[in-house]
Amino acid sequence: MKIYVPMDSAAKALGAEDVVAALRAAAPEAQIVRTGSRGMIWLEPLVEVEIDGVRHGYGPVTVGDVAEILDGSSAKALGPVEDLEWMKRQTRLTFARVGVIDPLSLSDYSAHGGLIGLRRAIGMSGAEIVAEVTNSGLRGRGGAGFPTGIKWKTVHEAEAPQKYIVCNADEGDSGTFADRMIMEGDPFTLIEGMAIAGLGVGATRGYVYLRSEYPDAIAVMRRAVEIARGAGVLGSDVLGSGRAFDMEIRVGAGAYVCGEETSLLNSLEGKRGVVRAKPPLPALEGFLGRPTVVNNVISLATVPVIFEKGAQTYADFGLGRSRGTVTLQIAGNVARGGLFETAFGITLGEVVNDLGGGTLTGRPIKAVQVGGPLGAYVPVSNFDVPLGYEELDAKGGLLGHAGLVVFDDHADMLQMARFAMEFCAVESCGKCTPCRIGAVRGVETIDRIAAGDGAAIPLLTDLCETMKDGSLCALGGFTPFPVMSALTHFPNDFATQKEAAE
Amino acid sequence: MPNWRTTATAQPATAIDVEEIARIIDAHIHLEGPLLPLLHALQEAFGYVPEHAHAPICDALNITRAEMHGVITFYHDFREKPAGRHVLKIYRAEACQSVGGAAMADALLAKLGLDWHGTTANGAVTIEPVYCLGLRARRDGR
Repeated sequence: MKIYVPMDSAAKALGAEDVVAALRAAAPEAQIVRTGSRGMIWLEPLVEVEIDGVRHGYGPVTVGDVAEILDGSSAKALGPVEDLEWMKRQTRLTFARVGVIDPLSLSDYSAHGGLIGLRRAIGMSGAEIVAEVTNSGLRGRGGAGFPTGIKWKTVHEAEAPQKYIVCNADEGDSGTFADRMIMEGDPFTLIEGMAIAGLGVGATRGYVYLRSEYPDAIAVMRRAVEIARGAGVLGSDVLGSGRAFDMEIRVGAGAYVCGEETSLLNSLEGKRGVVRAKPPLPALEGFLGRPTVVNNVISLATVPVIFEKGAQTYADFGLGRSRGTVTLQIAGNVARGGLFETAFGITLGEVVNDLGGGTLTGRPIKAVQVGGPLGAYVPVSNFDVPLGYEELDAKGGLLGHAGLVVFDDHADMLQMARFAMEFCAVESCGKCTPCRIGAVRGVETIDRIAAGDGAAIPLLTDLCETMKDGSLCALGGFTPFPVMSALTHFPNDFATQKEAAE
Repeated sequence: MPNWRTTATAQPATAIDVEEIARIIDAHIHLEGPLLPLLHALQEAFGYVPEHAHAPICDALNITRAEMHGVITFYHDFREKPAGRHVLKIYRAEACQSVGGAAMADALLAKLGLDWHGTTANGAVTIEPVYCLGLRARRDGR
């Protein structure tokens, strides 16, 4: 009997370890395989039992369900996992193996399409590798949406004795977990993607800058790097190509701003994580002043499938200038939260209502914050917006890392706007004035509005303009998105106190 | 959403400390950008970054005390004195607020008579904020 149980930290937080212990005790002969999470977090811990080669799901499983799962009488039976609506409706390219394979089995990885991309890249020149990425239309999945191929081209063409690949795994945005899930569930795809990037641009060293809040991901990635090195995927002779690439996992230290690429590079160098002015671009003067590719986890983890299936196949998915798939993270006050990978172009309403099933509380949705703490609050009236970089931009929002946090009608948007400013004040690196001082003044100004001072509203608008135009990076520059979207779409939340006072 | 993490009990400054500090510095000095891994290792060993580690680190890395202090104080993770026996991290970001996280945190802080980063008088618990652990797609909101 073969049983699959996730070792993803969300599944563990919901009791997966106790379930595994109970399964081991009740069925000592069974082979228990630990996997990543399928992304249906409301069903975690999701136990899968293989029957005639088909994996049947049970969830959410507690220790008390174990006996009935083993004798086949459990009421928590979901049927074949691949046939579940949530799975069938997805286009899983980046996440194809997550939840399916043992994350630390390189042979499982190879058996499911792993290393095909890297082998293909080994037969290509650096310029051909860069062109393949450019043709795929892949854009930075960390939030900025900058074309990955163009970034790689700049580094490829730079002359330097040493170049670097740096993976930004400082996934600090509230309600995002795609990076964590892929690092815990399919670490070799990130390693393979970084190796392909190294071959493409001529970098022999890579770093993953991984936030300290993700201890499980750190452990899995470190082990995966050791295994990959032992198997010759990393090292002085990558898969017998005669070319070198090796990498190391570095741990952040709890600073949100270090998700900004230049601040990340400073942190990696052992400095305060303050933002650097651009230019020079990190592609020309990055880590230790050398040409450096800085890409998000999902961007790099998508590279292997592009090389496996071909750039055109990847580019065939999507909408407008947003090519390929987006890894949506549905979170907050939502009935069915989790990870859903699909082609760009799905509407926000379909994701939140149809896939997410509305709010957990059953109350009406008030807003969805798209793109993390620096993303706009999108009201229900804009739910027809298709999810794509330009499409959201046109509605005054941003896709960011594709995290969606749902709020019901109890949410006080003035308080959410205040929190955005407070968060910016706490996490500001302090280098530029609009962010450092503006965020503090923003909290005070919103408090004035809350106290009934209507004259503070134009002041807040003006402050947001200044922060947007004058900040050095996205922390100060994008904090106005949640603040202004709250003010624009939910003016009543900013007026109630005033009216009450009058 | 409590996430209990036990930290090592603080050690007094002894000769063993000095040796341990030297050993940790030696183990990291070859890295590119060694300071953060070094500070993490010290905190792992002692539960905080002991002040008597500052001078040897500055010597080994050829940085000033000011640079060193700047780095330690920039990052939320690094502690200059021991924390409580347990460090309780409470989610504070938007995803948790959407399911009542702020009210829970306020109630807990009021009950313990602490502010964020505070430690109870008996040294049992330190309360720290954390902005999302990437788990808030969970249905039960525990």
